[in-house]
Amino acid sequence: MEIDPFIFRLSIFILSIFIGYYVVWSVTPSLHTPLMSVTNAISSVIIVGAIIAALAGNSVNIFDTANIFGFLAIILAAVNIFGGFLVTQRMLAMYKKKKKDK
Amino acid sequence: MSANLLAIFYLISGVLFILALRGLSSPETSRQGNLFGIIGMAIAIGVTFLSVGNFSTGFLYVLGFLLIGGSIGAFIAYKIPMTAMPELVAGFHSLVGLAAVFVAISAFLNPEVFNLGSPGNIKIASLIEMSLGAAIGAITFTGSIIAFLKLRGIMSGSPITFLGQHFLNLALGIILLGLIFYLCKTQISTWFWIIIIISFLVGVLLIIPIGGADMPVVISMLNSYSGWAAAGIGFTLENTALIITGALVGSSGAILSYIMCKGMNRSFFNVILGGFGGTDQSLSAKGKEQKPVKNGNADDAAFLMKNASSVIIVPGYGMAVAQAQHALREMVDSLKKNGVKVTYAIHPVAGRMPGHMNVLLAEANVPYDEVFELEEINNDFANCDVAYVIGANDVTNPVAKTDPQSPIYGMPILDVEKSKSVLFVKRSLSPGYAGIDNDLFYRDNTLMLFADAKKMTEDIIKNL
Repeated sequence: MEIDPFIFRLSIFILSIFIGYYVVWSVTPSLHTPLMSVTNAISSVIIVGAIIAALAGNSVNIFDTANIFGFLAIILAAVNIFGGFLVTQRMLAMYKKKKKDK
Repeated sequence: MSANLLAIFYLISGVLFILALRGLSSPETSRQGNLFGIIGMAIAIGVTFLSVGNFSTGFLYVLGFLLIGGSIGAFIAYKIPMTAMPELVAGFHSLVGLAAVFVAISAFLNPEVFNLGSPGNIKIASLIEMSLGAAIGAITFTGSIIAFLKLRGIMSGSPITFLGQHFLNLALGIILLGLIFYLCKTQISTWFWIIIIISFLVGVLLIIPIGGADMPVVISMLNSYSGWAAAGIGFTLENTALIITGALVGSSGAILSYIMCKGMNRSFFNVILGGFGGTDQSLSAKGKEQKPVKNGNADDAAFLMKNASSVIIVPGYGMAVAQAQHALREMVDSLKKNGVKVTYAIHPVAGRMPGHMNVLLAEANVPYDEVFELEEINNDFANCDVAYVIGANDVTNPVAKTDPQSPIYGMPILDVEKSKSVLFVKRSLSPGYAGIDNDLFYRDNTLMLFADAKKMTEDIIKNL
């Protein structure tokens, strides 16, 4: 009897929830804001689906309805990816340790 | 590129995303973590391009739109002031939500591309996954918009409640599940559109009854939703990177919501059902009899702190509103020159999002090893000479420990009242968000400084 590939994906999903649980508990509370902005950025990996959707179908009619939704999703996700990672970078650059010169 | 190789690359970017979150366990490793995240994203996008392999005009459009979105994002990221971070995050959540809805729509209209069957004959499992993804995405979208408007002050932060609200939400939730069932049974596309429209409505209804100071929970919760939406789409597209990320983000948001609820000693449902703050009028009216307070000025405050050996600063949302973090750091600098030991104490729910105060202090160049969380520093108040409370209120109210009748009873608070003297910067005696009087105002060792947080801090610097 063959196992449905869905079960494999479900296993990945469940195990990832556990990984997320332990990894996020180890995040220091002072970095909770960067945590939110970076999770925001990485959840925009949904852009992968948007790209496939945008390039789907025939190359004659690029702007089919389904493709248009793909293109719109690309813009939204791209705002998030660049915005999310860069603002996280900007925040993290501000966290400094006490200078030892005193 | 073979499907197997593609899957392995997606797995690698999933792993890099895990490392990105892992890096946040300490500020030193966090920058490297962020880099891992960026690499993971670049891999995911790169291999997707290669897998499509169709470098036609459409491809140029994709690149074009990617650049347009990217430049908008980069522009926002550089321009946004740190005080506006909660709004920004809420805004970004709404984009993830809407993107999930769009991808789901696209997959629904053109299922062949994703190997999900043909229109009108989509695999049941895929149909369930994509309608769940679209529904959660739509809820995330409108919910985040409302959160954004409330945080931005465009919409009032006070809860909007009406009769039968919870019943309506429950009914809509059940209708949604019913519609998904019907969609699977009939494959009629109308149901799919109705599911999305109702979900948009649910997002609005879910967030309007929640008040301004509960925003940390709301933002975390929407963060979690955006993850589950991504995971739903990940199942539809059979993409491991999306499934892993969705699970990570979903559990991250859930943990943050839990931490925030615990910081307020309230259950998650209590926050979600909302309406907090509007119901405690009787309690605040009871305390209306005029009790004497000690009123001080910048000169007194400067004198007290200059002669102290240790000072603990307790910042709150008021500091963010007044943009007082830079003035505050200058004040601390001059205190340090006078040999005073200064530390910062941060309550988990201070501000409008998790870690809000930490970011603002970091922006003002406060070293992160001078900033402490509630459990780390609470015992130090007893040995401290002056506590300088700037823009915080409810999180210092001793009533939470003494009065079981109080709405904030049981909430962990900063033991500010144990320090030898308390300087309380506040514009007036008005109660805080919870609508209750702060006992601390009337204590013998409390000196009230009635002024704008930034103005008062600047005046103190002049007197130091």
